[in-house]
Amino acid sequence: MATKNIMIVGVGGQGSLLASKLLGRLLVDEGYDVKVSEVHGMSQRGGSVVTYVKFGDKVYSPIIDEGEADFIVSFEKLEAARYIKDLRKDGTVIVNTQQIDPMPVIIGSAEYPESVLDEMTSKGVNVDAIDALSLASQAGSAKACNIVLMGRLAKYFDIPYEKWEAAIEKCVKPNFIEINKKAFSLGYNN
Amino acid sequence: MKELMIGNAALARGLYEAGCSVISSYPGTPSTEITEEFAKYGDVYSEWAPNEKVAAETAFGASLRGKRSACCMKHVGLNVAADPLFTMSYTGVNAGMVICVADDPGMHSSQNEQDSRHYAIAAKVPMLEPADSQEALVFAKTAFDLSEQFDTPVFIKMCTRVAHSQSIVEKGEREEHVKEYVKNPKKYIMAPANAIARHPFVEERTRKLTEYAETSALNRVENGSGEYDFGIITSSTSYQYVKEVFGDSVDILKLGIINPLPVKLIKDFAAKVSKVYVIEELDPIIESHCRNIGVDVIGKEKFSIIGEFSQKTIAQAFGLEAKENVCLDTDVPVRPPMMCAGCPHRGMYYVLAKNKITVLGDIGCYTLGSMPPLNALDMTLCMGASVSGLHGYNKAGAEETEGKTVCVIGDSTFMHSGVTGLINIAYNQSNSTVIILDNSITGMTGHQQNPTTGYNIKGDPAGKVDLESLCRSVGINSVRVVDPYNLEECERVVKEELAKNEPSVIISRRPCVLLKYVKPKKPLKINPDKCKGCKRCMKFGCPAISFRDKHAVIDNTLCIGCGVCAGLCPFDAFESEVE
Repeated sequence: MATKNIMIVGVGGQGSLLASKLLGRLLVDEGYDVKVSEVHGMSQRGGSVVTYVKFGDKVYSPIIDEGEADFIVSFEKLEAARYIKDLRKDGTVIVNTQQIDPMPVIIGSAEYPESVLDEMTSKGVNVDAIDALSLASQAGSAKACNIVLMGRLAKYFDIPYEKWEAAIEKCVKPNFIEINKKAFSLGYNN
Repeated sequence: MKELMIGNAALARGLYEAGCSVISSYPGTPSTEITEEFAKYGDVYSEWAPNEKVAAETAFGASLRGKRSACCMKHVGLNVAADPLFTMSYTGVNAGMVICVADDPGMHSSQNEQDSRHYAIAAKVPMLEPADSQEALVFAKTAFDLSEQFDTPVFIKMCTRVAHSQSIVEKGEREEHVKEYVKNPKKYIMAPANAIARHPFVEERTRKLTEYAETSALNRVENGSGEYDFGIITSSTSYQYVKEVFGDSVDILKLGIINPLPVKLIKDFAAKVSKVYVIEELDPIIESHCRNIGVDVIGKEKFSIIGEFSQKTIAQAFGLEAKENVCLDTDVPVRPPMMCAGCPHRGMYYVLAKNKITVLGDIGCYTLGSMPPLNALDMTLCMGASVSGLHGYNKAGAEETEGKTVCVIGDSTFMHSGVTGLINIAYNQSNSTVIILDNSITGMTGHQQNPTTGYNIKGDPAGKVDLESLCRSVGINSVRVVDPYNLEECERVVKEELAKNEPSVIISRRPCVLLKYVKPKKPLKINPDKCKGCKRCMKFGCPAISFRDKHAVIDNTLCIGCGVCAGLCPFDAFESEVE
């Protein structure tokens, strides 16, 4: 199988680590060669963060370059726009509609581009927008946004639902399994 | 069982399986997780040392005693450990010793882009360079064997993409390796007479290691399908990018031993292809070697000396077609990293910026005080440089600078190499004011304990340096402690200490808000009737406060209720919920 490329992007502290852990676990269990790559350190302090998840028969480069991503899962609207150059033609963006102002917007030296999702759609990108924050709160924790978005991503894959659930059970602390399973199903079914 | 592991965790596993019993390190991105992961193994000793020099010397001591040992650091940490390194090359080891060093091409989290391979060459110490997690594990074991076989410390060189990328690893079992300690002054006392006798050994060792590199399985030729008639010499993460672009269509010499480099192997490889490209990040180390041995190669004229590579960099250099993508017309504002909502550093920086004080900075989360809107810093160089730099700045500036210049340094960085600068201030009497931003943890690298926290790497109670006593004992008479959430107190004390005609230390003390024991309070709210839209609170640069529809608003998912912003509002618009 040709390598499939998934990017998870967002703002440092939004929980992309758990999302990539879940995907990694699932894809290794499915028997693929897998690479998961992210940068730790300075950029995590409220900065823009990106994780690359790649799987297939044999994966070489740990990073995803311009025009290579099959999916971009974005935890925040503006961040989807930042990394759209990495999406392949006909690729899909799954985006949480939450808006988090970056510092240039906070201090008034830049404006938040409100209509980026419309622009993406007009340029032929498949935009799958979802209010993951509300769905996560509905599941019992605003922090479960990441798993809501994984639930939405799962719709695009042939991997059985139970296997995703099994991966959640392996990756999440026992106390949080139920909330995360609910968050996953809300992302999958809405 | 197959498992996904970041390169650093796999390297830690390799050290463990090789029988490494003592590890001493100073945290630094992207090397930190090697030691953190190693510390999870119960039957071995691990520690955070105050700095990399101490770590390297501790590992050396353990090797001398007969236990396999390691120390880990980032590239700039190796500068600090360089002193013992160059002479350990002469003494060699007793039990095996491995030095793990992680470079950061692209400077994701570093102040420079230096190439550690130069140190291996300069110190005449072998260096292995894995290209993924499985190699990191295997190379760690080989490194210990080589260390004992050739009587030398051995480097394992990581880079950000190998250190922080997860790939599949197969684990093995731990093997114990212990040696006797036998007194041997000619080998271990590097006074001139002994060192003179030892230098020829080092040169002979390099010759033998070069021979080893000619046939070692760590260097391998991958014969391509013949689609292209040129060949590529590469290593580390660059190898992965080359494979991503060319697959099996080209001949590749993949190097795992980066020092010393083989001669015959490279000549034979070059003889079989039409021309040779050398693809390596940062400096032209392999390229220069090829030229030195008379092999003509194409290198830095095609592949940049600056920054990271990727598959796109390689494809472009060979004129291959770019992948189709979508570009937006909208400008996307940058999202730089910043100090967290509730970060205790922000209060002190606000006071310093407000009073237009010149601030010499240091390495840590608090380097982020340089960002708008605070723009509070004037200099950041390396660990500890704020304190020594301030001394020099004030010796040069005298009365013109003394009353309006400070330095800021974190608790861990002060332990690392700030205290020596403070001793110089006390000894050579500059009228300097040093501010220690004590957030009771090593923050930026992800919360490692340090000598001021009272806990060790395992989280167990440990010795605790009392910063106030330490500063007094080196000769600073004026030592004050302030709470950076109390802006009034901070401002008063900073002004008082700057006015004094003697060296002084201000300890700005409050734990990092990300520490588990720091319980967040309820988020504040802004009363829109009281908010006049004056934007004074926006000057504080808290990410939880933004401005919408002519009013400040608080993001309740970020605000931790520290309440410092409330004191800045002239209209009492910030309201805290009753708990």
